[in-house]
Amino acid sequence: MSSDQSTNPTFNQEKIRALIARGKLKDTLFAALGIICLGIGLVVIFALVADMAIKGFDRLNLDFFTNFASRRATQAGILSAWVGSLLVMLVTALTAVPLGVAAGLYLEEYAKRNWITEIIEINITNLAAVPSIVYGLLALGIFVYTFGFGQSILSAGLTLALLILPIVIVATREAIRAIPAMIREGSMAVGATRWQTCRYHIVPYAMPGILTGVIIGLARAIGETAPIITIGALTFIAFLPPVPFTEIGEGARAGLFDWVMSPFTVMPIQIFNWTSRPDPAFEVNAAAAGFVLMAMVLTMNAVAIWLRYKLRKNIKW
Amino acid sequence: MLKKTRLTAALGLAGLTILAAGAAQAQVIKIDGSSTVYPITEAVAEEFQKAKKNAIKVTVGISGTGGGFKKFCRGETDFSNASRPITAKEMEDCKAAGVEYVEMPVAFDALTVVINPKNTFLKQATVEEMKKLWEPAAQGKITKWNQINPAWPDAPVKLFGAGADSGTFEYFTEAMVGKAKSSRGDYTASEDDNVLVQGVSRDVNAIGYFGYAYYAENTAKLKALPIVSPKTGKAVEPSAANVENGTYQPLSRPIFVYVKAASLQKPEVKEFIEFYMKNGAKLTKEVKYVPLPASAYTGNLDHVAKKKLGTVFGGKNEIGITIEELMKREAKL
Repeated sequence: MSSDQSTNPTFNQEKIRALIARGKLKDTLFAALGIICLGIGLVVIFALVADMAIKGFDRLNLDFFTNFASRRATQAGILSAWVGSLLVMLVTALTAVPLGVAAGLYLEEYAKRNWITEIIEINITNLAAVPSIVYGLLALGIFVYTFGFGQSILSAGLTLALLILPIVIVATREAIRAIPAMIREGSMAVGATRWQTCRYHIVPYAMPGILTGVIIGLARAIGETAPIITIGALTFIAFLPPVPFTEIGEGARAGLFDWVMSPFTVMPIQIFNWTSRPDPAFEVNAAAAGFVLMAMVLTMNAVAIWLRYKLRKNIKW
Repeated sequence: MLKKTRLTAALGLAGLTILAAGAAQAQVIKIDGSSTVYPITEAVAEEFQKAKKNAIKVTVGISGTGGGFKKFCRGETDFSNASRPITAKEMEDCKAAGVEYVEMPVAFDALTVVINPKNTFLKQATVEEMKKLWEPAAQGKITKWNQINPAWPDAPVKLFGAGADSGTFEYFTEAMVGKAKSSRGDYTASEDDNVLVQGVSRDVNAIGYFGYAYYAENTAKLKALPIVSPKTGKAVEPSAANVENGTYQPLSRPIFVYVKAASLQKPEVKEFIEFYMKNGAKLTKEVKYVPLPASAYTGNLDHVAKKKLGTVFGGKNEIGITIEELMKREAKL
């Protein structure tokens, strides 16, 4: 018995130590694996950006941003493409944000929980996974032909708005759900209506989350090519949409919203066009334009992070 | 933030309402269609806008010859770029929609069969050999070079060709296999010719085909394979001179621009055609296509002035037409 008592604890101790050592080894192994996985992702994106920056470096000057497309690689620029991309994004944001936020707000704060809302929820999540070309085909039928918007900035903006609508709705709902119930209860307890509660509490508090969703959606939309090609974006376009209230010839002035009906091109199409040209000199342009597009997306993400940080600071619960 | 959201929503709604009322549009010349004709039309559009100090706006899209005609026959575009003549089906569509047009040949292209510059055994090829290589029956069977010609080595064949939606694919299969769109399917197909350029330049045993411009820009990476003309029995390599004298057969093809008759009433469209016909030859050369003789461009202007509508091809594609034959036929319209 006495020998048992003296050996058993030491035996157990060793066993426990071995167990702990094994556990720690697994811990280290997983940490290493995690670093490798993270490294792969980072290296790939860094290599891509660096490669485009190096290849396209010669073209990255002011002229590149202020010149229209041209058949001569060294004179070709991305003016119509970046202006087109920005304007399309503007229409997309102006459409998707009010629609998406209102829909998300309704689903979270107003709708009754029953099987109809369940089905709607499942469908919204599914919509987020629909391939973008399908939205392009839908938009070609509805916006371009049925509504007669033609191959315009408006058609493209609305198409991409449909594309990112599910992302905005889901982000809005997630953000609203993160707000503690007591905020709602407190507001209603002092006699606020549902609308007042939403307006003064829910929406402001959810804003950081909503904005993140919106900008992630827009960052996806700015790189989309397939639906824009489907609705008929152009490849060669050497003029900009009319600036509101400027003269457009013979005494006529452009209306406030004339630009939305203008033909256009966007960055991904310009890049695609350049990579498929016979003259290899255009590959440099494509790399430079790719770098600019990357920079645009990264800037948008940076703005999202900054806004979230700034808005969160103001929330005091 | 709330005020901003409200403002955004209000602006969005206001925007949509005003749009729905319909906005005034500036005059724009709309062109769409073939990617083969695109470089020429783009060059003309670029120079035209410069010459007019951007007073007239021109847009050029790439929807392919077939896609371009679809839009053209719906009346959506003023001009349609085409790497083959309008088909009978497309003529019907245009007629049904009441769209009449003037056909204007603008240049010649030489479809080029290319091989790797390190390839030493291929000096020339006949149409029969190409047929043996590309016909649907060859699928999975013809995989070695010596299966086509015993003089060639026992090496694997690597094929690169145009995607099935392009006019290039249609013309090549009709000229080589004998029937449009009839081809084996087990090859690397791409609508993006640079993919084919890369593929052939990396493999000694590769062979591919595309428009002459892609070969001309990549002569360091590729070799053009002379094709034996069925008419003369002589192997001829693709070049501007051989297209002009009509000896590069049967892979020389005319390319076209169609203009909607109704658009001819617009003065800016007329101006654009005049500019195209005056500067077309020079710009065609610059983008590595073969220009037509001066009489062809004046002939087009004449057809436009006299409103001679329709096509000289009767809805069929024609293989191996020479510049001379085309000129004669256009003159008769």
